[in-house]
Amino acid sequence: MGRMEYFLEIFFGGLTRGSIYALIALGYTMVYGIIQLINFAHGEIYMIGAFTALIVAGVLGSLGMPGYAILLLTLPIAVIYASAYGFTVEKIAYKPLRSAPRLSPLISAIGMSIFLQNYILLAQTADFLPFPNLLPYFDLPDFVGGILTSSEVTIVITAALVMAGLTSFIKFTRMGKAMRATAQNQRMAMLVGVNVDQVISLTFIIGSALAAIGGVLIASHIGQINFYIGFIAGIKAFTAAVLGGIGSVPGAMLGGLVLGWTESFATGYVSSDYEDVFAFALLVLILIFRPAGILGKADSQKV
Amino acid sequence: MTKKITSAIAVAAAVALMGTGSAQAAEIIFGVPGAHSGDLASYGLPTVNAAKLVVEQYNAKGGLLGMKIKVVPQDEQCKPELATNAAFKLVSEKVTVALGHICSGATKAALPIYKDSKIVLMSPSATNPELTLSGDYPNFFRTIGRDDNQGKIGASFTMGKLGAKKIAVIHDKGDYGKGYAERAKEAVDGSGGKATTVLFEGVTPGAVDYTAIVQKIKQSGAEAVIFGGYHPEASKIVMTMRKRDMKIPFVSDDGVKDATFIKVAGEFAEGVYASGPEDYSGNPLYHQANEAHKKAFNADPGVFYPQAYSAALALLNAIEKAGSTDYDKIVKALRTEYVETPVGKIRFDERGDAEGVGFDMYQVVKGEFVLVK
Repeated sequence: MGRMEYFLEIFFGGLTRGSIYALIALGYTMVYGIIQLINFAHGEIYMIGAFTALIVAGVLGSLGMPGYAILLLTLPIAVIYASAYGFTVEKIAYKPLRSAPRLSPLISAIGMSIFLQNYILLAQTADFLPFPNLLPYFDLPDFVGGILTSSEVTIVITAALVMAGLTSFIKFTRMGKAMRATAQNQRMAMLVGVNVDQVISLTFIIGSALAAIGGVLIASHIGQINFYIGFIAGIKAFTAAVLGGIGSVPGAMLGGLVLGWTESFATGYVSSDYEDVFAFALLVLILIFRPAGILGKADSQKV
Repeated sequence: MTKKITSAIAVAAAVALMGTGSAQAAEIIFGVPGAHSGDLASYGLPTVNAAKLVVEQYNAKGGLLGMKIKVVPQDEQCKPELATNAAFKLVSEKVTVALGHICSGATKAALPIYKDSKIVLMSPSATNPELTLSGDYPNFFRTIGRDDNQGKIGASFTMGKLGAKKIAVIHDKGDYGKGYAERAKEAVDGSGGKATTVLFEGVTPGAVDYTAIVQKIKQSGAEAVIFGGYHPEASKIVMTMRKRDMKIPFVSDDGVKDATFIKVAGEFAEGVYASGPEDYSGNPLYHQANEAHKKAFNADPGVFYPQAYSAALALLNAIEKAGSTDYDKIVKALRTEYVETPVGKIRFDERGDAEGVGFDMYQVVKGEFVLVK
């Protein structure tokens, strides 16, 4: 196998991983952008999305449905379910604390994360569970066949489409405009008639939906889940969001990809022992030179 | 009862005063410290049964060296603080040899007490490598494999039976997995050029995916993968490999020889090798020991029973061969004299590990771990 081929393999491996990080990171960054809260329970929403998909796919599979139909039904149900969780978490744990000191909702977020993890642990199982491969399988042309798998192609394309959709939603719709207004100045937005509560709820719903999509994609790709998967994915995605500039939507996408590539190349060309060391060394380096992250805007009021 | 013990102590003390080897009418005290109550009682009680059965056999033949053997169980619930008490008690009762303790932690705590009193201790179940490898306890022996021996077995299996010349050794950076991987690497590197380690790396447990490391394994040109760690990472790595059409053998440890591994990895688990506690079902003595237990206690023997039965045989055989209850002579006999036991024909090496006792290799065939012949 040639050097170039190896490089491309590592590159696309990093791209796949980065796309997932980016999908989850968007949830962190959007919530932070609107209410300056680090939603630590976000990783758990990703896990709940994957669990819902597992249960739905299990039921549909036992009914003898074909693969495509399972995916088409499972994904929306997982997204709706996870969004409902995201929405509810906000109403229960963050809304009552909106005017409290900033540390209070942060602690409440950590509490929510632990609660959801343990809830799934008790209500479902502590065991690792096999996850069916829901992603479509298709033959790739020979010259990429050795480098990429069809599930990786699906993940990257899905992530790209979802992110493009989100960007145009924020840019071109009324609700997107309201979100941007709330992010800029909550009080002013309220004064000009934006329903801030609605905007915040919508932000949580969108973020959770993206996390659920990420959860279903990666669980299908890797083939197993347990109640703890949200923790590490959440930490990594949060890192990606900070790397790209927390609060910035394109920043989260870029941060996810940069983190995915760093990890992948560190493993590929140095050692997987130091995968995390490289990822966090890069984070430190970037924050030294750009304290607000790659695409973040320095805002003295928010920091 | 108290009177009996006092007299036993008195006699034993007298024997000790007179010097060892005297064939006076006395008793051989066979101590059995371990978990006989509490959460882990199921680990310790089979050992008491094994000791009773073996001792009964000897006593039926007129005892050993002209003396009757007496089993003295001592409960410590696998707790280190109780284990030291149990050890002091046995020492004060002038125990000749002891079969126990059960848990590694308790064994470690109690060992110095036996060492100071020059008493041989043989465990049927404590697998911690340090107990023998540290070299601190010349009085310690065991009839079960050592955790780190698996690495060697994995490596020799991969080089020998699988004939792999280039081997990638991967681990999960944890104590257990890394220890296993390091032993495997040592064995491969020390094979005199028979095979080489082309990759030695740790992965982060719980990472989102392992595509990069799998690509690296592929790039290294490895003909087999040895993995040290537990089943969640193993199943992810195996699945990623198989989905990329990498069909090279995957060899691992008893952290992977678990039903969950097969459940999670499904069809991808097929063909994976993992070592686990030895399979003794081919040994007639193993079946005889089991039958004896069923007859005497009307129940199937529990965990560590074959190891305990073997240890009891080995200890009494050593006393017989030594012709004395003298510590040095017993130790010498344990190291030189072979004895037929349910776990095979064994003797002990310098460190106290039973030679030839250890682990077997198993392979997933049709969704089950099957012994590799």
